Parts: sequence; structure tokens; C-alpha cells
Amino acid sequence: MNMRVSIIRRVVSRIMIPFMQLFGLYVIMHGDSGPGGGFQGGVILGASIILYALSYGLDSARQRIAEKTSDILSSTGVFIYAAVGLVCMLIGGKYLQYNVLPIGEPHFASHIGILIIEIGVGITVAAVMITIFFETARKDERVEK
Amino acid sequence: MNLVENFPALVVIVPLISAVLIPPAGRISKAFAWYIAVTASALSFAISGFLLNSVLKTGRISYWFGNWEPPWGIEYAVDYLNGFVLVVVSFIAFVVSVYAKKSVEDEIPENKITFFYSAYMLLVTGLLGIIITADIFNLYVFIEISSLSGYTLIASGRRKAALVASYNYLILGTVAATFILLGIGHLYMVTGTLNMADLAERLPQLYHSKVVLTAFAFFTVGLSLKLALFPLHIWMPNAYTYAPSAVSAILAATGTKVGAYALLRIMFTVFKLDFDIHVVPFTKIMLVLSSVAIIMGSVLAVAQTNIKRMLAYSSVGQIGYIVLGASLAGETAMAGSLLHILNHALMKGTLFLAVGAMVYRTGIEDISELRGMGRKMPLTMAAFTIGAFSMIGVPLTVGFVSKWYIALGALETGMWYFVPVILISSLLTAVYFWRIIENIYFKSAEHAGQVFEAPAGMLVPTLLMAGLCIFFGTAASLPVSVAQKAAKMLLAGVM
Repeated sequence: MNMRVSIIRRVVSRIMIPFMQLFGLYVIMHGDSGPGGGFQGGVILGASIILYALSYGLDSARQRIAEKTSDILSSTGVFIYAAVGLVCMLIGGKYLQYNVLPIGEPHFASHIGILIIEIGVGITVAAVMITIFFETARKDERVEK
Repeated sequence: MNLVENFPALVVIVPLISAVLIPPAGRISKAFAWYIAVTASALSFAISGFLLNSVLKTGRISYWFGNWEPPWGIEYAVDYLNGFVLVVVSFIAFVVSVYAKKSVEDEIPENKITFFYSAYMLLVTGLLGIIITADIFNLYVFIEISSLSGYTLIASGRRKAALVASYNYLILGTVAATFILLGIGHLYMVTGTLNMADLAERLPQLYHSKVVLTAFAFFTVGLSLKLALFPLHIWMPNAYTYAPSAVSAILAATGTKVGAYALLRIMFTVFKLDFDIHVVPFTKIMLVLSSVAIIMGSVLAVAQTNIKRMLAYSSVGQIGYIVLGASLAGETAMAGSLLHILNHALMKGTLFLAVGAMVYRTGIEDISELRGMGRKMPLTMAAFTIGAFSMIGVPLTVGFVSKWYIALGALETGMWYFVPVILISSLLTAVYFWRIIENIYFKSAEHAGQVFEAPAGMLVPTLLMAGLCIFFGTAASLPVSVAQKAAKMLLAGVM
């Protein structure tokens, strides 16, 4: 991997990454009431890590987010989704029937239920984006040797 | 809490949750992955059995996701047809998951085993989802889930050729899925609904609309590709040959069956029989294609030297039987076709499991090298022989029952000229299986070998499947009664 990345790219990405991540979180949290959602927000979050890897190298990016972490996160997101559905079922509703969740009135409970699910989707999408990037980048490295 | 009421959702959710639990659990201990996979597929099978039983007692079960009333929400529905297919597929998934332990340890690199089981459970999720859903967009989503995990599983085969096989399947599978999605889009454009029952109600007024005809064409080609109907089967032989044994077994026994189910569902429930006969000559086209598939599949199988590839081509022919029985559009033939979904799953499952056990012990895939295997692995080869006799259609085996019903159905509908097709293909099947049986029993091995039977973990599932080939061949009344009810329902076009 070519580590002589220009200083401009490093500085610019250092400034941009926090804003990208903030925007990613915003898109996830607004998924239920505006354009966006878990998938779109997750892609933005994942892209921020990929930008970091592009400007600081794969190894230092893997120090920030280890393979183990991204693997577990990609399961966690789907699990949150499935678990919310199961909880609705255990309380006495149908699968994913958010309005039975015991958090305030049904309308509000639906709102929170969808939000939790969007967060789950966001986590999985971000983690899978990162995994795909690292897997393809690593293979290239092996070929170069 | 009412768990039983939620069974239609759980049958899909249980494998899905297990698929995401396996990678973290596998990090703690590698052994967990297999236990979770077996437990989850056993649970799915138990739930499917319960669902079929309650359908037989009380009729169609409808489940509203998130309690949204269909046609607005996603509906899962179980009736005679998919209750039956659900039990078949979840049973095979369970048996193969038990069998997978030894064969996967042998064929998959150690650091990939957890991901293998995760992909396996996703495949099961996808297949069961396709069967149970009553919403065509949901159907598409599950087709993609099962296909994507299928590509991964095939690519995990030992040889480099597995990657090429998986890539070819990926390209053709994507074309198929895109066509199906285009078909769904066209139907949605004119009807504004995705619910199957609702579509079935709204479509008859629109049968001559060009949009509906286009949708029908997209569905026909897309689904035929997915179920590998000749001449759209070219992705299949390589995929089955190079995939790990457990994957070949589950894909051959259930993957194409689920495709056949989806075809029946779209063609006879969403569209009615009336449309398939009077608006578009669908049944006629399918009769010709499936007869060609039956003959060509068998002819191509005779020409093979690799045993897994031979079984794959034989599947091309067997899928022809399922489609032929359905397109005859008579009650008996349709029942035969549905029975063949169960029967072919059992016999192809037996054959692939037996071959997998043999490959595990000897690494032999070439038919000419099988000499004397009957002495070396007597039980595995006995199971293989039962599977082979079933394929030929020897009485007292399952293969006979479904071929009998399809042939009877052909006579009933006055299309007697399909009976010779069945006979010729049975003869050819006898030819290509006899080569193997001759090698394993009647030729002595080059080296006098000792007995080295497959390990119990592989042998028991193989023998169980072989036993069921005989059991349902002699005591066919239970599957026949369910298949006849399902056939009646399909031809009447009710859900």
C-alpha cells in the first residue's frame, strides 16, 4: 500500500470525517420522518471510515476499527432488527407490531420502534460497507506481493 | 403471549436470527456454529410440521406482519401447497445441517466454517421465506437472500473452478432476479398491489393489457432460469459439481424445488389457469419445454463421467417432470408434480449425501474409479442404490409414485403422447445409473480395500433419507392426500 499520501488529502479528510459521521447519524435518526434512513445513513458512516483508510492507510484504519469489531457490528444490527420484532411478539402483538411496545401511547411507540430498527439497519450497513472495502483492499495487497 | 399464532413469522425468523448469532458465537467457540445451525433448522422443521398440521385441520392460515391488514401490509399465508413444500424444505435443511458437520470440516478452511454456517442459515431463511410469503415483492427479496447466500456457498468449494461456477450462477441468477423484479414492477404498475390474493382478484379484468402480458413474459423467463428449466439450466451443472457436498445436496434437493414452487404460485394463483391456457399458450409451451428437458437432461447425464455432474444433469430432467405434471393441468398430473417436489428432494438428497460421504472418504468423483466401492462402503452404497432405483422409478420407491401419477394424469387429460417421454427418460435413467451400480457392485477393486464406512454423522442422515425413499414409496397415502388437496386448490385458482 502506497503510504505517501499527500498531506492535503490527510488534512482535508481529518476535517471532513467528523462532519460526515455527524451527517450519517442525522440521516439515520431522521429516517422515519424525512428523506433518508438506516441504509443511507449507514452508507455515509461506512464511507467516512473508508475515507480514513484511503488517506491514512489500511493498517491505521484497522487500529481504529478492528476486524472483530466490524464483524460483530454487522451481526448486531440485524440482531437489533430481529429482536425488536421478537419483543413486539412477546408482548402480545404480531412480529414488528411496534405500537404494542410499552413506551407511551401507540403512535409514539411506533415512532420509537421504527427508529430503533433504523439504527440497527444503519449499524449493519456501515459495518458491511467497511468489511467489503477491507476485504477487497486486502486481496489487492496480496497480489502486489 | 401467543407463540403459536406467530408461527408463520417464526418459521423464517428463527433461521434468520440464528444466521446473525452464528458469527459472534463462532468467535467464542467454533463448535457453537454447528449446534446453532442444527437447532435452528430443527426448530424450523418442527414449526413447519405444526403449520401443515393446522392447515389440514382448519384451512388457510394468514399472518399479518406488524398487524397491517393486507393488501397494505405484508401477509404470510400457509395453505395446502406451501405447507407441504415448507415441511419438505425445512426437513431437508435439517438433515443436511446434521450431515454438514464432518463434510464441512473436511472441505472448508477452518477460519471460514462459522461464516459457512451463517450463509447456510441465510439460504434456509431465503428458501422458507419464498415459500411462505403471500406478497410478491417479499418473494423477490427472499429470492435474492437465498440466491446471494447460494453464490457464497458454491464459491466456498475447494477448487478454483468453484469460483467460476459461482460467478456464472451469479450472472444468470441476477438476470433471473432482475426479470422477476421487472415482472413485479409491471404488475404493480397496472394493479397498484403486491399482495398475491389481491393481484389474483384484480388481474382478470386486465388479462389482455400489454403490461400484464409483458409481466408474464418476465416472470416466465426469470423463474425458468431460477428453476433451471432446459435450456436455461447451463448455470447448474458446474454449480452442483464444484460446490461443497453439503451445499450440492441442499441446493439440488430444495433450491430448484423452491423455484418450481414459485413458478406454480405465480402461474396458477396470481395468474389463473384460464390465463395460462386461453390468453397465452403457457401450458402448451411448458409441455414442450419440459418434455425436451426430461429427454435432454437424461441424455446429457448419460454422457457424463463425473458423478456429481451426472446427478446435476439428471436434476435437469427431474425438474422437467415437475413442470410437465403441472402443465398438463389435470388434477392427477398436478398432484404427481407436487409429489415429485417431495420425492425428488428425497432421492436427489440421498444421492448427493451418499456421493458426499464417498468423496469424504476417498475423494473419488469419477465414475470409472468407483470399482468395488460396494464392498468398501456397503451402507453408503446401499443408500446410493436405493436413491438410484428411485430415480429410475422402480416400484416401492418414491420415484415410482410420482411418475405413476404424472403418467396417469397424461392419460386422463388425453395427452397420452407424454407417457412415452416418461418411459424413454426412465430407460435412460436406468442406463446412466446402471453404469455406476455395475462399477460399485460387479467389478472388483484394483486394490483389495478394507471397509471404511462413512462416519456416523454422515451415514445416519444418508440412511434416513434412503429409508424415507422406501417409506414414502410404499406408504404414500399421506403425501398423496396432501398433494391432491393442493392440486385441487391450485387448479381452482383459490388461495
